[in-house]
Amino acid sequence: MRELRYDAVVVGGGAAGMAAALALDSRGKSCAVVDREPSLGGILLQCVHNGFGLIEFDEELTGPEFAERFAARLADSRIATFLGATVLEIAEEGEEKLVFCVSPSLGGLRIRARAVVLAMGCRERNRGNIRIPGTRPAGVYTAGLAQRLVNIEGYVPGKDVVVVGSGDIGLIMARRMSWIGCKVHAAVEILPYPSGLARNIVQCLRDFSIPLYLSHLTTSVYGRDRVEGVEVAPIEDGALQPEKSFRIPCDTVLLSVGLVPENELSKGAGIELNPTTGGPIVDSTLMTSRGGIFACGNVLHVHDLVDYVAEEARRAGLFAADWLEGRRPRKELRVKVGPNLRYVAPGKVDPSRENKLYMRTMIVKNEALFEARLDNAVVKSVKKAHIQPSEMLSLSLGPAELERARPDSMLELSIQ
Amino acid sequence: MKAGSESFDVVVVGAGVCGANIARRLSQYELDVALVEKEADVSFGVSKANSGIVHGGFHHDRKYLKSRLEVQGAMLFDRLRAELDFPFVRCGILVAAMHEDEMRSVEQLYMRGVDNGAIGIEMCSRERMLELEPKLSPDVVGGLHAPGGGIVEPYRFVFSLVESAQKNGVRLMTGWKLARGQWRGDRWELGSEDGRSLRARWVVNAAGLYADEVSRLLGGEDFAVHGRKGEYYLLDRMTKSRPGKVVFPVPTSLSKGMLIVPTVEGTVLLGPTATSVEDKEDFSTTRDQLDTVLNSARNLIPGISESDVITSFAGIRSFIEEDFYIEVSKRAPGLVQVAGIQSPGLTASPAIGEYVKELLKKAGLRLVEKPGYDPFVPKLPRAKDLGPFELDELVARNPAYGEMVCRCERVTEAEIVEAVRRGHRTLDGVKYFTRAQMGRCQGGFCTYKIIKIIMRETGMGYDEVTKRGPGSRVLKGEL
Amino acid sequence: MKEELTCITCPLGCRLVAERGEDGSLAVSGNRCPRGAAYAREELLAPKRVVTATCRIAPASGTRRDEAAPRRVPVKTSAPFPKERVPELLAEIYRLELALPVARGAVLLADALGSGVDLVATRSVE
Repeated sequence: MRELRYDAVVVGGGAAGMAAALALDSRGKSCAVVDREPSLGGILLQCVHNGFGLIEFDEELTGPEFAERFAARLADSRIATFLGATVLEIAEEGEEKLVFCVSPSLGGLRIRARAVVLAMGCRERNRGNIRIPGTRPAGVYTAGLAQRLVNIEGYVPGKDVVVVGSGDIGLIMARRMSWIGCKVHAAVEILPYPSGLARNIVQCLRDFSIPLYLSHLTTSVYGRDRVEGVEVAPIEDGALQPEKSFRIPCDTVLLSVGLVPENELSKGAGIELNPTTGGPIVDSTLMTSRGGIFACGNVLHVHDLVDYVAEEARRAGLFAADWLEGRRPRKELRVKVGPNLRYVAPGKVDPSRENKLYMRTMIVKNEALFEARLDNAVVKSVKKAHIQPSEMLSLSLGPAELERARPDSMLELSIQ
Repeated sequence: MKAGSESFDVVVVGAGVCGANIARRLSQYELDVALVEKEADVSFGVSKANSGIVHGGFHHDRKYLKSRLEVQGAMLFDRLRAELDFPFVRCGILVAAMHEDEMRSVEQLYMRGVDNGAIGIEMCSRERMLELEPKLSPDVVGGLHAPGGGIVEPYRFVFSLVESAQKNGVRLMTGWKLARGQWRGDRWELGSEDGRSLRARWVVNAAGLYADEVSRLLGGEDFAVHGRKGEYYLLDRMTKSRPGKVVFPVPTSLSKGMLIVPTVEGTVLLGPTATSVEDKEDFSTTRDQLDTVLNSARNLIPGISESDVITSFAGIRSFIEEDFYIEVSKRAPGLVQVAGIQSPGLTASPAIGEYVKELLKKAGLRLVEKPGYDPFVPKLPRAKDLGPFELDELVARNPAYGEMVCRCERVTEAEIVEAVRRGHRTLDGVKYFTRAQMGRCQGGFCTYKIIKIIMRETGMGYDEVTKRGPGSRVLKGEL
Repeated sequence: MKEELTCITCPLGCRLVAERGEDGSLAVSGNRCPRGAAYAREELLAPKRVVTATCRIAPASGTRRDEAAPRRVPVKTSAPFPKERVPELLAEIYRLELALPVARGAVLLADALGSGVDLVATRSVE
């Protein structure tokens, strides 16, 4: 088996992996990016719609454009890329990590490195995960699979569509299916508010007069060999109303019911996961429970904007470079997840420098107050015109706010 | 040998686990045998969706044929595995009693098992149960341990049997649905729904849920095969609640109850429920039934979490009355009925193959051993079972072993190609042969890759690719 | 005539009510900032959308169909395009057959349908 050695290996060549590798390269570290697909860019390549890059590039790009700009930077760097290569296992040998990969052209490949950055992204929740009963005909797709089939492969998965869930990928696909001449009959959302952005509700559903059923559960899929429809029932005052159920005929069901960080490799490497995010538990430097292994992007927690992914991944790359130079956080504070927040990532801060925290709220609210308290004293407070669970929040905290921190201090974030 | 001729000594109708065992058993002799299946692939009926248990020989009284064949069949699995390379492990079976009253039933099972000759069967205290299976609920009061029981991947078992039968000369015809049959004094003339015809000296009716219709078409006995639907949940291999042994609750008079099966491939199967169905194609699942499955499973192993669920599905098992119905027809000439094969049909199936062979022999079929009979099928390397070094060697010989198509179950392009070349040309056929699409993403990442491989290998157009045969087209157009 | 719409300029999602006067003027209420009024005016008087799609690739002559070869080139309008003419534009896009290679940013339809907006490739495909 071939063996290679780098300072760092980045697992995954999507937005997160590329940003992390560029950061490592900018600090003079030798670095390899491994991705199982034949091109860099990950899932961005099938996101041919626009809306990417407003923060990163200050202009509105499509997914392939965003990916290609990053890929061009990699091509101009010293970063080694291994494409079409699947990472099978991450092991440790003393101070070194061993990353085992396989590819058709190289066969088995063992890469030795002192640092690893995990950037494997996430996968879509599927029908089994949300337990929609009924038959098991052809024609049930996750929105992302349909997106791949339409945008890259050029096939039409079905003509009469119902979207289950109202996540952004589902909304975007509702528009895409309409634009290729299919009829989208409805989007069905279990929650009382849409999961996707208002802009997508307007431009992907209303533009095409697609009804959005909020507070409705998809109770069944029917059809013997191919989907013939879905059965839907309203939820009123928290209770399902089966007697008010109705059927929506269709030949295709697209599921847009959430994303899950893909951490099977991490589990195999013995990395501890946070049950709320599904991603690794990381310290203030985005380092996992295994020293020298970092995580960023959607494998750490599911982001809403690729711009935030790139930003977080760049920091992960820089922290990995710090680690390679022997720097370790001197002291860290644990972050407590306070009222109305679901999670905060990372779960620790280093009071001696600037920290960027990402979090998701559990409520929909206008005029919300976002607070950080150090030992019950408010150290930062930000007014938010509008918050909702589908939109990630971020907060910067540094020495200015945390100078009074003692080793046993408690930092709590909350939304009121 | 008249390979390719349309005249056969025996035509077996139905390529489920019974038909496959019968065809393979007969392939040992100088006979022309055809195996016909109405579905697009073998094992697509009752045999694809069941618990996959090689039973422990304690559930049924030996007065039943099913009980005697169960015990004989179970003993044949080790040799079959050595010959056929399908996933099978004798992991042992536990029956867990959760109340003292249930221990009386456990005692009866124990005595029945001893009577049936089940090897190593033991009565267990609470401590013994928890020692054998630490994940059991601490509320367990005792139970039964049958170390000879095991687990098998039923469709892989059928695929291997059919492959072996084909290797020894059996003609397989899929998409062949019996539409008519006439006895011409010395042989049957059989016709399929799509106009193909065959002649046969003997017909073996192993048509599962539709054995009653086949019997009627051939003028055989009038009986009704009923369907009993069972709903299942499949849990991710990453679950922390995977037991080491199959765990049964204490059975009731109606069913063996809902079990927890640690599948050979590492996932966990929960179920089945038992509902009588009129429509034998009704594979729908319902929320109520699935909730029952989860609750029942949690009663036995409390750690089972619904967040580990990756899919649910339903299977339909067939039954006539209490027992199997395996006889030479008394009404139609040249017909053997293999019907009402309920649980423990999978366990009994190798013995059913033997039993039917004996019936045919007694009825006058001349059996001459075939000198070139080869019971072995070549082992197909599977990336999932290999370490990086072994995989490296394999890729050197075949680069397609380096292309990981299904990341969840670790299936490479080489394995998908092999499945397609062996005739599994639907998405479900590829899934059952390789496990691709069977893992936690349920095909979200690999379906399009598999579609492209099927098209490339077969020359089929996008509009010919199906999930499981006609009617289940996957793609509806091209841009 | 009253029309209701949701402002998408920011995540607040103000519910706007726009009333058309006899003289063609538009009175907007419900907005929390001036951008809401501007949005309502554009959306009601001259709505525009950025259109993204994919184009067919001309089959390479004489070669066997290659499963690994790219099948579509992603494209977008260089600026928002009049909404009511989007179906017309899409028909035009689907009629195109591109010869490879195509470079990111290459203009595939200049001044599409006389709109002043170009159709450009969003990925380099070789």
